[in-house]
Amino acid sequence: MIRCKTFWITLFAASALMGTSAAEPQVTIEGTVKKGPGQEKPILVSLSGFTGEALQVLEFDLYVQGFLATNADAAQYLFTGKNNDNLEGRVTDKYSKEVKVSKAYSGASIRRQTHAFVDDFVQKLERKPICQTRVAFKMDTGPSSEIYISDFDGHNEKEVTRDKNIVASPDWVTGRFALYYTSYVPGNPSIFFHDLGSGSRKAFARYGGSNISPAVSPNGSHVAMILSKDGWTDLYVEKSDGSDLRRLTKTREDESSPCWSPDGQYICFAAKINERRSLCKVPAAGGQVQRIATTGVVNPTEPDWSPDGKWIVFTSQTRGFDICVVPAAGGEAVPLVSGEDPSWAPNSRTVIFAKRQNGRRVLSLLDVPTKQNKDVSRFSGSSSQSQPSWAK
Amino acid sequence: MTLALAAVLPLCGCLKSPYHVTQIPNGGAFTGSTNDFASTTTPITTDDSGDSANKLKSSDADLTGGIAQVDPSNFDNWIANKEALAAYTVHFDYDSSTVKASEESKLTSVAQAMKGATPVAVRVEGNCDERGTEEYNRSLGDRRANALREKLATMGVDPKKILTVSYGEDKPADSGHSEAAYAKNRRGDFILLTPPSPGQLSKLENNK
Repeated sequence: MIRCKTFWITLFAASALMGTSAAEPQVTIEGTVKKGPGQEKPILVSLSGFTGEALQVLEFDLYVQGFLATNADAAQYLFTGKNNDNLEGRVTDKYSKEVKVSKAYSGASIRRQTHAFVDDFVQKLERKPICQTRVAFKMDTGPSSEIYISDFDGHNEKEVTRDKNIVASPDWVTGRFALYYTSYVPGNPSIFFHDLGSGSRKAFARYGGSNISPAVSPNGSHVAMILSKDGWTDLYVEKSDGSDLRRLTKTREDESSPCWSPDGQYICFAAKINERRSLCKVPAAGGQVQRIATTGVVNPTEPDWSPDGKWIVFTSQTRGFDICVVPAAGGEAVPLVSGEDPSWAPNSRTVIFAKRQNGRRVLSLLDVPTKQNKDVSRFSGSSSQSQPSWAK
Repeated sequence: MTLALAAVLPLCGCLKSPYHVTQIPNGGAFTGSTNDFASTTTPITTDDSGDSANKLKSSDADLTGGIAQVDPSNFDNWIANKEALAAYTVHFDYDSSTVKASEESKLTSVAQAMKGATPVAVRVEGNCDERGTEEYNRSLGDRRANALREKLATMGVDPKKILTVSYGEDKPADSGHSEAAYAKNRRGDFILLTPPSPGQLSKLENNK
């Protein structure tokens, strides 16, 4: 009897460790529990009175946040208004009759006014606004690549670097108009800090070997990165003033793509443990490396932890590449769409990622709960846009 | 690892006693050699401050974490020759940084080229095919370059004369999307570096 009990405890502990849910009771109360990623139905809206660019922007902004435009009979939220010189808009909840937004906008551009209107609406639903945020990405023209920034929908793109060299993996500093990224200008890949407002940049990590994949902590105090200064490809963390470099892994295998938990306690990264590619996390101050189970999905890489702390979005490498999400503690992973290198929006539901298309990469937006997906790239020709980082 | 341990063994030997062996920085358990202490004829001194030539020295050689890289700026003005060692490009299996036995003779040739009378260095460039995500490939290319560096070091090449760089999938040898192209792209290239002037060389020697 005692032996039997021990057996079950061991089994439970083992399955908890593996992140499988076999031994855990599944409690779902119909109607109260939200469906999982990719399973939710879009919230229906209707748009009347808007034309041209304002209408296009409205449809796009709402679609990538899980809303779908339909007729007024089917819709819950009724958007009415006009856009002659400036935008005037009102949103009414058909069921509660509550007026969610009623505003007139001026200044900037019709595009910007429409973004602000949608932002005002989603905030009434207690969501974080994303329509006036920016993304940074890598623009690859073949012989060389540069860092770019643009609005989240691909508009107003601006070149950040002009080195005619190789760049990689831009990462926004939270709350600042500044980036870390990798540049090959010094010869070996090195990490730079770039203040976009002043245009000044400085080398942050220039150790021997590779200095790649920078990830700045949510409060900006530390930068996690992959270095090979000691001869192996390992995960390190350093204070953003360049002091207190710490080595967090010491393996012959190659770690890659660090990101931070929103509380700054953990660094999540891709590793190889016992010949298996896995997502892992390690305390940012150093300590035990723990595996994060991605049950049902193999070869996970490029994790990004959602700002609300609940999910990790990542790329699964098989024959192609799939964007997947998994609970941050590990568990059942859900493949969503083809693509790679996802980055969460501040709303913890939309992600931007790179999609392979005819031998090039283009940027695309995905609303995780509904799986609604729209390409954002506005660059034609053979250039590639990849490695997006969403400003938070 | 073997190389690093071999470098430490003479230090322990000259002290004639395991009790004087200080902890190797960052090292694991060192089990020591099988010296026959009974046959020792030299008196053992417990104070090693007197004999500076024989004094125990240690440096931060990380025995469990790889062979430390040299500052690449030591080679900033060196002349890169892409053709000299182009015949010895090492190819890798898919998603692997293991140097295949069939590729080792190329490394032997590189090591030979490094041993001539003329002072040279080499830059090992790790590359990948496009069937991985970008940063995954940048780390894999880095691991490939460092695996080749370690092999060259075991063949007697001074690791301070071996630089590494990973290009991930950014510098394909063949821009096609076929298996044949991928096989060409999973590689480590060797770029021969020669000093522009004797002045540059002495800078390297001083940094040893």
